[in-house]
Amino acid sequence: MSMDSLRETFFAECEDLIESLTENLDLVASHECDTETINAIFRAVHSIKGAAGAFGFNDLVDFAHHYETTLDLIRSDQLEISSDVLRLIVRSSDNLAELVDCSRTEGSPVPDATEGLIAELIQISGGSQEDASSEEEFVFTPIAAMAIEIDTDPVDGFEISFKPQPSLYMSGHDPFRLLTALNRLGKLTVECVTGDLPSLDAFDFDNSYLAWSVVLHETDDEDAVREVFQFVEGHCEIEITPIAADTSATDLPEPLEAMEPLAVPEESKAKPAEKPTPVQSTKPAKSAQSTQTVQSTLRVDPERVDRLINSVGELIINHAVIDRNLKESGLVSNSEITTALDDYGTLAREIQEGVMAIRAQPVKSLFQRMGRVVREAGEATGKKVSFVTEGETTEIDKTMLERLADPLTHMLRNAVDHGIEVPAKRQEAGKLEEGTVRLSAAHRSGHVMIEIVDDGAGLNRDKLLEKAIEKGIITTDAKLSEPEIYALLFAPGFSTAESVTNLSGRGVGMDVVKTAITSLGGKVGITSSPGEGSTFTISLPLTLAVLDGMIVEVGSETMVLPLSSIVETIRPDASDIQEVTPGEWVLSVRGTFVPVVNLNALMGLQQTQEEDKNRVFVLIDANDATIAVSVDAIQDQRQVVIKSLKGNYGAITGIAAATILGDGNIALIVDTEALGGLAASRRAA
Amino acid sequence: MSENETNPKNEITEFVSLRAGGQGYCVQITSIREIRRWRSVTSLPNSDQSILGVMNLRGSVIPIVDLAARLGLPMTEVGPRSVVVVVAIGNRIIGLLVEAVSEILSIAADDIQPNPTQGRDGNDGQVIGLVSIEDEMLKILALDAIFDNQSEEAA
Repeated sequence: MSMDSLRETFFAECEDLIESLTENLDLVASHECDTETINAIFRAVHSIKGAAGAFGFNDLVDFAHHYETTLDLIRSDQLEISSDVLRLIVRSSDNLAELVDCSRTEGSPVPDATEGLIAELIQISGGSQEDASSEEEFVFTPIAAMAIEIDTDPVDGFEISFKPQPSLYMSGHDPFRLLTALNRLGKLTVECVTGDLPSLDAFDFDNSYLAWSVVLHETDDEDAVREVFQFVEGHCEIEITPIAADTSATDLPEPLEAMEPLAVPEESKAKPAEKPTPVQSTKPAKSAQSTQTVQSTLRVDPERVDRLINSVGELIINHAVIDRNLKESGLVSNSEITTALDDYGTLAREIQEGVMAIRAQPVKSLFQRMGRVVREAGEATGKKVSFVTEGETTEIDKTMLERLADPLTHMLRNAVDHGIEVPAKRQEAGKLEEGTVRLSAAHRSGHVMIEIVDDGAGLNRDKLLEKAIEKGIITTDAKLSEPEIYALLFAPGFSTAESVTNLSGRGVGMDVVKTAITSLGGKVGITSSPGEGSTFTISLPLTLAVLDGMIVEVGSETMVLPLSSIVETIRPDASDIQEVTPGEWVLSVRGTFVPVVNLNALMGLQQTQEEDKNRVFVLIDANDATIAVSVDAIQDQRQVVIKSLKGNYGAITGIAAATILGDGNIALIVDTEALGGLAASRRAA
Repeated sequence: MSENETNPKNEITEFVSLRAGGQGYCVQITSIREIRRWRSVTSLPNSDQSILGVMNLRGSVIPIVDLAARLGLPMTEVGPRSVVVVVAIGNRIIGLLVEAVSEILSIAADDIQPNPTQGRDGNDGQVIGLVSIEDEMLKILALDAIFDNQSEEAA
């Protein structure tokens, strides 16, 4: 494995670890934690630290180390989780995540907060990191031992016998590194076992003859020891035997015995004696144990999935072709072959759904990242914000998930920066000092709805209007409906922030958000009521691979208009279509004049319906302007599989992609956003 | 062909000979994916005249280019012998409409003459070699030079 792919694995694992870290921290925050939660948090940080060390991410290791120390204190109940401590460890986890991101892009600076957090972490852990382990044994109380763990048995260290197999060296591991890592855990005595070394003439280069016998003192964390060997699992024979502590000072009683703390010392003396049965390296058993809580996942190259999706799309088209041919051949409709074909169709669709589901991922990881965004935004603006998420298990396409991160970040920052008021103002308004930003996801009628709700001041309509007029986006006498006023937020060059803060005012406006969502085939809506807050609703298609489209006839060709941008279809009276200037037509829709775009002319195709009054008009919302697109006829409304043109050909203005129809022919999918501009440039030319 | 220059002189390369715009051409066989019969295509708006449209090739949407028109010759008239040669150029798959495909030729590097007109005005390296087969001169096409980002410009 190359270093690069190792790095990729490392970062992928870090993502998982940070996800479980965040998840467990949420549990802690909601006071639902037990010892296992804290342990899981500790393990996550520890694993990141360990792996980061191997890659030489020193800043990351350093920070993780201090973080880990504090967590260790919590784990050993020397540090109570007060609200301050909680805040610190949550912020630290955010910072850890950021550090991981920084390590990914080489040479990027360490987050500013790192040093301050390290100082705080040291301070909160009493600056006595060295004492921690020795104190540990004495501070335990029987109560805390209710949830007993094997790890916490009084062990003074471990005897480790480690014999690498040739495969360990082949996969690039180095026993020296492992031993160095062990050395960090405690006091280490290493002895190399050379008994297996053959005489020189029998020596085989590719074989492994050396073994090490290691005694590790001053640690009782078997998990940590095992973690050192985590990456060489299966490449070595390893035996880890705990060494019983020779003091009878303290031990953790069994849960039942907690009732009689007095009985503890005798019991504990007996226990270590049973313990030294060598813990064989039964790794499979151990991983089975850990996967009980963590769902096992499969890492697959997304390209493979995409290829599969393509083939399945083919299968469905192929089904349609056979179906058509059979019907044309005039076969009896209930013959056996048509029944079999129906089954084939059902199966194909089932496979398609299954394959699509592989690409789908819960929004959880995205939402967790957004939690970080909200916290940071709160810190930066000095506002108290609680972040609530709903529907974290809602699944959407992975590509979509990735491309949602930026717009969501922007919208959430806005919600905190512009939506939520400062605590004093909130109190004045009789609200809780702490504002709430709620991020929710849900499946609704074939779409994914993502909502960002804040309970802030709401949008100020008058101010929005004033601003829009000032920026020349609308004229002074424009009469706008409520949604239209809110939609001004998305107009390019519009920003309501009175002063440009370094948080939201980064030169990216909400128009970028809108563009990003639209490019995913989605829509954004806003509702707001003064004093009560605003709601931003994003509606997205379930997948990027299929699209709900209206199949229309344009001259000799068949084209697809994305349903998401269609407002309505109209077959108007002749009197509703008026020529403004030669070649420029408008359509009167309930008293409003809408510019007409002739799709045939735009696409350079002949009209089959020569007379305009026989044509059908499709009202389309393109870039906030409504245009009436005239086509020859409407055929159907259905889901089509999107085939990109970019790979083999390149981008074409006015065309978003192509699809393959039931008869195997290709229909082009119209890029409605570009239509208005295309028509304008045509006029100018 | 740059590979040929580095190869020993007697290295044999296989070409497919085809006719476009009434002239004989040949294309290295390794860049040809398949040869299909002509089928009506879906025309692309706002594109270069030489681009006839797109065709469904087992689920991939591939552009179909009139090779003659691309080479500056009159447009090909679609007839019964018209075929589409599907070629791979880099990562792109493109269909070339030609009048006919004749045969597979094994040509020794020795027999390929460099195009003496290469480098003159208006010659941007589309024909990189000449070869005589039975009294006819065939022009060896450099597909990557012919389709070097041209379709993107046309778009």
